[in-house]
Amino acid sequence: MSRQYIIRRLLVAIPSLLGISVVLFCVLALAPGDPFSEIAANPAIPPEVAASLRAKFGLDDPVWLRYLHWLSAMAHGDWGFSFASRINVDTLILQRLPTTLIVIGAAQILAIVVALPVGVLAGTRPYSIFDQVANTLAFIGFSLPTFFTGLLLIMLFSIKLDWLPMVYNAELSSTGWPWLWEQIRQSIMPVMVLGLFQGASLVRYVRSAVLDVVRLDYVTTARSKGIGERRVITRHVVRTALIPVVTLVALQMPIVFSGAIVTEQIFRVPGIGSLLIAAMLANDTPVIMAVTFVFACLVVMFNLIADVLYGWLDPRISYR
Amino acid sequence: MAETLLDIRGLKTWFATDDGLVRAVDGVDLHIDRGETLGVVGESGCGKTVTARSVLKLIDMPPGRFEDGQILWQGRDLIPLGQDEMDKIRAREIAIIFQEPMTSLNPVYTVGHQIAEVLQQHEKLGARQAMQAAVEMLRLVNIPNPQKRVHDYPHQFSGGMRQRVMIAMAMSCKPRLLIADEPTTALDVTIQAQILELMQEMKDKLGMSMMLITHAMGVVAETCQRVVVMYAGKVVEEAPVEALFGNPRHPYTQGLIRSIPRVDRAAEHKERLEAIPGSVPSLLDPPPGCRFASRCKYAMDICVRGMPPFKEVGPGHRVACVL
Ligand SMILES: Nc1ncnc2c1ncn2[C@@H]1O[C@H](COP(=O)(O)OP(=O)(O)OP(=O)(O)O)[C@@H](O)[C@H]1O
Ligand code: SF4
Ligand SMILES: [Mg+2]
Repeated sequence: MSRQYIIRRLLVAIPSLLGISVVLFCVLALAPGDPFSEIAANPAIPPEVAASLRAKFGLDDPVWLRYLHWLSAMAHGDWGFSFASRINVDTLILQRLPTTLIVIGAAQILAIVVALPVGVLAGTRPYSIFDQVANTLAFIGFSLPTFFTGLLLIMLFSIKLDWLPMVYNAELSSTGWPWLWEQIRQSIMPVMVLGLFQGASLVRYVRSAVLDVVRLDYVTTARSKGIGERRVITRHVVRTALIPVVTLVALQMPIVFSGAIVTEQIFRVPGIGSLLIAAMLANDTPVIMAVTFVFACLVVMFNLIADVLYGWLDPRISYR
Repeated sequence: MAETLLDIRGLKTWFATDDGLVRAVDGVDLHIDRGETLGVVGESGCGKTVTARSVLKLIDMPPGRFEDGQILWQGRDLIPLGQDEMDKIRAREIAIIFQEPMTSLNPVYTVGHQIAEVLQQHEKLGARQAMQAAVEMLRLVNIPNPQKRVHDYPHQFSGGMRQRVMIAMAMSCKPRLLIADEPTTALDVTIQAQILELMQEMKDKLGMSMMLITHAMGVVAETCQRVVVMYAGKVVEEAPVEALFGNPRHPYTQGLIRSIPRVDRAAEHKERLEAIPGSVPSLLDPPPGCRFASRCKYAMDICVRGMPPFKEVGPGHRVACVL
């Protein structure tokens, strides 16, 4: 694993992020409505004031000029101003991002912790009862959209049983252990919904990757070495089966983020997903632009991590 | 009387497939004495690999199953043994190398790691000692610069070199029997000779026995003391190597020997290689009589009526044919 390789990949990421930002910007520029449409519609504000405001923020400039303004501002660390929240966009995102990352991170960990052993067991015992049950559950989990499972869980655990809070509260009043306890209680459902959805598709990937590997010659070689079935599976099967799984997980990140947006909306988790939806409803263009751009950065970053992991897992990949 | 190491008796290894029961190995008897090399020959699909893998119980079950028979290893039947007990025999007492050196090594571990893994398991060596022993093994199989190569991955080796690595791995616990399943078929002709020579050398050094599976009758003539000829899941002839080449009794064996390309004659007469016409019958529903009958020019009525019994035609020379 060379540092050069990673640096080169980082450099390659820059043009792709620029490309993404151009597309995002154009799409948002074409979309109807802008932050000032409400001001313009407000009879209390004189048209001249509205017009000067529009001029001040450059809203009537051509798209390419606005894009260049945005880009140079971004490069200087100025992410713009949220008209709806009356606060700088970067502060807003920094407030919201940790929550999202924690929920997504916990969900991913849950997905991996559940899917890896289940997928491996199913793949090593194809068509056994265990495999069939796991497959069926995975299929169900994979087919149910997160908004449905989310509402189902809320109905069951919040409304019927009243065990878990229905709405995520970002400003818990307690501190210390009670705070942690509350935090866990309110995170359980979003994390479960997202994690199990992810886990369901992961189980299928892991299973098929394991099925592909167990038939290979070197697994028979490993068995002939008398090192025990357990070691054969963990060292020789799982290790190589993980290589394609890592790529698939990375490619799935956009789906994870969209799942996170929906989940945050359902459970009222104040992350950047719900921020994005709120911003869209308020025509808060700078926020929409910034949040989608953050998502794009995260996706690119996960691809990079996957590439690095891939190279680490598979010595046949050379970094030239 | 030589000490018998491996004695396979009436082994039947069958596979349940969608099309029906494949009787890949259907009543095989063979034995290997200490220090000898037994050649196992026969056309593609006659059950050589299945027989070899059955010995180490490397058959996937399901779809495979041992229908009948015994595999006596130094007098102990391996068939009823559990996984743990088999693992004590694998690599330590019986080692195996396969036909495809390109795919038989795990691509994600260094060759040193893969050899060391065996030593750590069976010789209870520590990681560093095992790696050192792996270097010695690579040196033993004539891999240049073993100190450095031990850290290389399989894809950094050529086919012949990988087969050397496989041999090093198989030899690392000094097994008493090496099963070599067409170890040179996938290699270039020049490399083939080197690998066979290396195996011969290892065998002499360690005083082990060998079961050499091959298509090549020439290889058999050079390296084996005894030969077993298989046809469609059965042994049809068994003989000391001189008797087999000097006086082949089974029509199938005769055909095999005639099909050896003779460089001298082929050049003179521009003869075509005399292959045996026809193909191996299906192992799904084998005919009741002699399985070679459909291709045998001597076939008679009694041949198809029942399985011809084994009969002794010379010292250690047995044949399953009515002739
Ligand atoms: N897992 C399996 N499932 C079903 N049939 C199998 C399986 N393994 C082997 N067979 C069948 O057993 C028969 C014997 O196969 P085997 O590999 O032993 O032949 P072979 O003599 O080694 O041939 P070759 O010289 O090509 O290696 C073949 O007809 C094959 O289709
Ligand atoms: S038993 Fe009959 S058919 Fe079979 S090999 Fe002998 S002569 Fe030919
Ligand atoms: Mg074979």
